[in-house]
Amino acid sequence: MTFPIYAFHCLLLFAQNTTGTPGAAAPEGSLFRVDRINALVIMVIFSAAVLLYTRWAKQGMKLFIRKIAGLDAVEEAVGRATEMGRPVLFVPGLQELDEIQTIAGISILGRVARITAQYETPLVVPVRYPLVLAASQEVVEQAYREVGREDAYNKDTVQYVAGEQMAFAATVNGMMMRDRPAANIFMGAFFAESLLLAETGNAAGSIQIAGTAQPEQLPFFIAACDYTLMGEELYAASAYLSHEPLLLGGLKGQDMMKVLIVLSIIIGVVLVAFGAGSTYLSWFQVR
Amino acid sequence: MKRTVPLILAFISGIVMVVAFFFREGSYAESLSQEFLIWSSIIGGFSLLLGCASIVRVQWKNVSLRKSGWGYSIVTLVAVVVSGLPGVFPVSWSPLFGRGTGSIYDWVFVYISTPMSGTMFGILAFYIASAAYRAFRARTAEATLLLVTASLVMLWRIPMGEAFLGSISSGLVDFINTYIMLGINLAVQRGIIIGAALGAASMSLRILLGIERTYMGRG
Repeated sequence: MTFPIYAFHCLLLFAQNTTGTPGAAAPEGSLFRVDRINALVIMVIFSAAVLLYTRWAKQGMKLFIRKIAGLDAVEEAVGRATEMGRPVLFVPGLQELDEIQTIAGISILGRVARITAQYETPLVVPVRYPLVLAASQEVVEQAYREVGREDAYNKDTVQYVAGEQMAFAATVNGMMMRDRPAANIFMGAFFAESLLLAETGNAAGSIQIAGTAQPEQLPFFIAACDYTLMGEELYAASAYLSHEPLLLGGLKGQDMMKVLIVLSIIIGVVLVAFGAGSTYLSWFQVR
Repeated sequence: MKRTVPLILAFISGIVMVVAFFFREGSYAESLSQEFLIWSSIIGGFSLLLGCASIVRVQWKNVSLRKSGWGYSIVTLVAVVVSGLPGVFPVSWSPLFGRGTGSIYDWVFVYISTPMSGTMFGILAFYIASAAYRAFRARTAEATLLLVTASLVMLWRIPMGEAFLGSISSGLVDFINTYIMLGINLAVQRGIIIGAALGAASMSLRILLGIERTYMGRG
């Protein structure tokens, strides 16, 4: 656990002591952004909480994680698709691979692919970006290999369909109406197309599970899907599905941080109510 | 090797981006992060070939096997060639090439792609109506509460509705804005955003330190 902190410290010193690239005009004063020190402090506290709980989890500490109905329903949905002899459609969002929601979606895809490989259920994964295509293909292939079903893996399981948002939605809607997948799983970042996808899936009679951290799209998914993972539940999915203590430790560290945020809000409310909160509020402003 | 190298790359890239956030323009860390972003764009550009190969292979297979909806696959293949290739050829060969005004690419974009996207977006209105019908059916106390609240907010959002609400009670419009939108709605949204931000930060940290490997297909 100490290595990452040491490495981070070394990198920090290294960057602070270098004068910059040759020829680049460095502004006067320190290159270190003192005005962002509050963000650094919060980051260190958060990292410490996550790493501490991860360490405790590694040492065998029992961690309670509440049930997430949407994730429990994943296996049920794939089972239904197997019984009906119809495919499972998985969409890992409409953002690039540098979006953390996409990575969370791909993590869940790995679990879903493992179940479809075991049940020999067809899986279809349309993607919007080529980098997501490459990453998803790797994850799905690995899942088939892990359950000893390499022969059943089809390279076109994950397919690039369109780079434009509405063209992507139209293509996936077409797939839903033609192939009638028994289960649609939407996990990642979605925008205006969320309702187009979810309503079409609903009309096609598929069981639908969605998960996103876009608060504006959650009402649409809640209205049109059977199960919806809200915000942090999407990021918790890989830990929840794998039951790995190391990953569960990260979730507990996150909960600890939530407690600290709630306390900070209460302190802020009290201070502001008594007209003494200006300095306190400035600590939380990141420039 | 296949397992370790991606982890090391993820760790170094992530740390550089985090450190750069705390340094001003002109620092080595900031320059390095910019360099990483350029590499990322270059890799993204080359990966387009992967996407192109995937779309052609899948659509071609649909056509050759006469799968359901294979006619659409022909349209897709024609669209890939017509909109893609002329955009790649240099404009010095013909004013129809390239991506400038008057090129084939520009024509396809302005007269086909944009109106079709607009049409898809327009369809959303009908989808909202059907989803709202299902969500607002007053079968339970919660659904009834949702129906009443949503009706008030929707009325408030249109000028005629705002005038109507104002005629009932002058304080009703302020009540909706203060208590429903800036009160209950904003509080819930912020709760979700804080949770999601912490989840994203925690997952980033797990990826950075190599604890989370499920995105590489290894659990």
